[in-house]
Amino acid sequence: MTPSIEAVGLTKRFGSFTALDHLNLKVDGSKCVGFLGPNGAGKTTTLKMFTDLIFPSEGEAFINGVSVQKDRKRALSVCGDLIESPEIYPSLTPREAFQMSGALRGMRPEEVASRTTTVLEEVKMMEWADQKFGSFSKGMKQRVNIAAALLSDPEVVILDEPSTGLDPRGMAEVRSIVRGLKKGHRLIFMSSHILSEVVDVCDEVALLDRGKLLFADRLANVTQRLGGGVRAVEAEFASPLDETVLASQIGALPEVGGWSRTDANRITLQVKGGPVEQAHLLEKIASLQLGLVSFRESRSALEEVYLREISVGDA
Amino acid sequence: MSATPTFAPADASATAPAGAIGTVPTTVAQALILSRYQFRDFLRSRRFILMMGIVLAAGAILTTVVAYFRPAGLIDNADDLYGGLWAGGAGVVIVFAGIIFGGDAIAGEFQNKTGYFLMGLPIKRTTVYAGKYLATLAASIVSLIVYLIIVTGNAVYYLGAGAFSVPIPLIESFAITLLYLLALLGFVFLFSSLFKTSAYAVLVVAILFLFGFSIIQEVIVSLAHTEPWFLLSYVNSINAYPLTGVPGHIVTTRSPFGRATVTTYNPTYFEGLVVMAGYWLLTTIGGLLFFEREEFT
Repeated sequence: MTPSIEAVGLTKRFGSFTALDHLNLKVDGSKCVGFLGPNGAGKTTTLKMFTDLIFPSEGEAFINGVSVQKDRKRALSVCGDLIESPEIYPSLTPREAFQMSGALRGMRPEEVASRTTTVLEEVKMMEWADQKFGSFSKGMKQRVNIAAALLSDPEVVILDEPSTGLDPRGMAEVRSIVRGLKKGHRLIFMSSHILSEVVDVCDEVALLDRGKLLFADRLANVTQRLGGGVRAVEAEFASPLDETVLASQIGALPEVGGWSRTDANRITLQVKGGPVEQAHLLEKIASLQLGLVSFRESRSALEEVYLREISVGDA
Repeated sequence: MSATPTFAPADASATAPAGAIGTVPTTVAQALILSRYQFRDFLRSRRFILMMGIVLAAGAILTTVVAYFRPAGLIDNADDLYGGLWAGGAGVVIVFAGIIFGGDAIAGEFQNKTGYFLMGLPIKRTTVYAGKYLATLAASIVSLIVYLIIVTGNAVYYLGAGAFSVPIPLIESFAITLLYLLALLGFVFLFSSLFKTSAYAVLVVAILFLFGFSIIQEVIVSLAHTEPWFLLSYVNSINAYPLTGVPGHIVTTRSPFGRATVTTYNPTYFEGLVVMAGYWLLTTIGGLLFFEREEFT
């Protein structure tokens, strides 16, 4: 079965305030989708309705086609989630908490033991497996929470700002974990306000503002379409490139619509065309043997789109 | 990905493929699993040490008082001794156990955010409620048993090793005490479900059971001259009846200071059992309904 989540007319009102306004969104397939939006946009509200922590005023949320509101047990059986930095009973150790969580999910004890080792090693918390959760720092707790969400090797993973409370190394590790998750047959739906994180790990993005969905599309299409039809990518090189080399060798390539230097080692390129042209451009720059280190969607491009869309909303 | 306005909206009438439930345990099995881990958490917590401290302190005070005064009516036979030390004290132990273990059982899920961990699992809210109720019940019963051991220690000291043979009336009294415990925990869980802040829940339950109901009972009896049959704290006294005998339902005595009469009410077995069972049923359903509707905002 293809993993999927779907919001159908999902609406949440708190008194006269509408936190989420008739969200219609369907995401399916093995991919990572970034759920973007400023504070108060309705991201966490949406995710809480997908995990039945709060109830919709209207509409319904589905996971793998099963209504969360009508059959939460069945819907959440295929889902691992991390919403708002939860707490585990302080006297329990991560290993015990995972035994409880695994047993409640119907996992066999040996399967729980094996997965506990795998996921705790993944979040670098294995040496703390038998320490009480109550003694952990915020960052350590968040790592354990991420591991808990992955314990059952779920088809659908819902993450609400998973990097919250983590130091830069921890944030990088979370990104690496999410990238690793993408290798499986799995749908990851992740809210974040860290654009670089989204660019790094997500294939698609949905932007929410003031409870309304502004757009949802592939990351490259978003930056291209909303960036005036121009696709922007960022290329990083091992050493600083000479201006003339840049202009004559890279700037002259037919797929390049323009370029600007981000810093000594990095440049932002405007790509003429779509994904095919972008792929050609990557091949050509790599063949130039200029020490290309990375080539990815421009963070600044998404940031521009993000800020522009949000400011349109403000106006 | 499809979404509005970028793409066509998701089709509201679309019937998506059914997901697989896998081998998620039954509701009852999940409640037992949850209660086991919650009970383990209780056993390791400071609140359990506090509760044991209260039980041991209460037992020590009782033991000292009995040892000092050696009241003849109390230490002559097992029924009187258990009636005096067990029946009354057990009610107090239960109230403290309810407050300490159950006061924040549900409210704490919201305030401490442990609910975010539990409710993300494929588990019904009813299951969470039942699991926590069972764990609280188990921790309270442990407290009761510790108290009973202290009382039995006194019984053995004054009456000899023969007191080890548990008298049938004590078993009956224990059973009634358990019904009271079930009802009180139902009440405590109801209030715990009403609040999202543990301190409020604990405070309200403590005030009601330590002072509130006693004051209400006095006011009803003294001013309204009515039997307070509907108060849980009033009907609890039937747990002494198997040991001490059933007193008169309404006892009127003449005041030693003039012609006025004083009326004392004692619940009947029927009243006590029905009211306790009623409290258990109604408060448990009420608490569950509140918890089912409470949001993790």
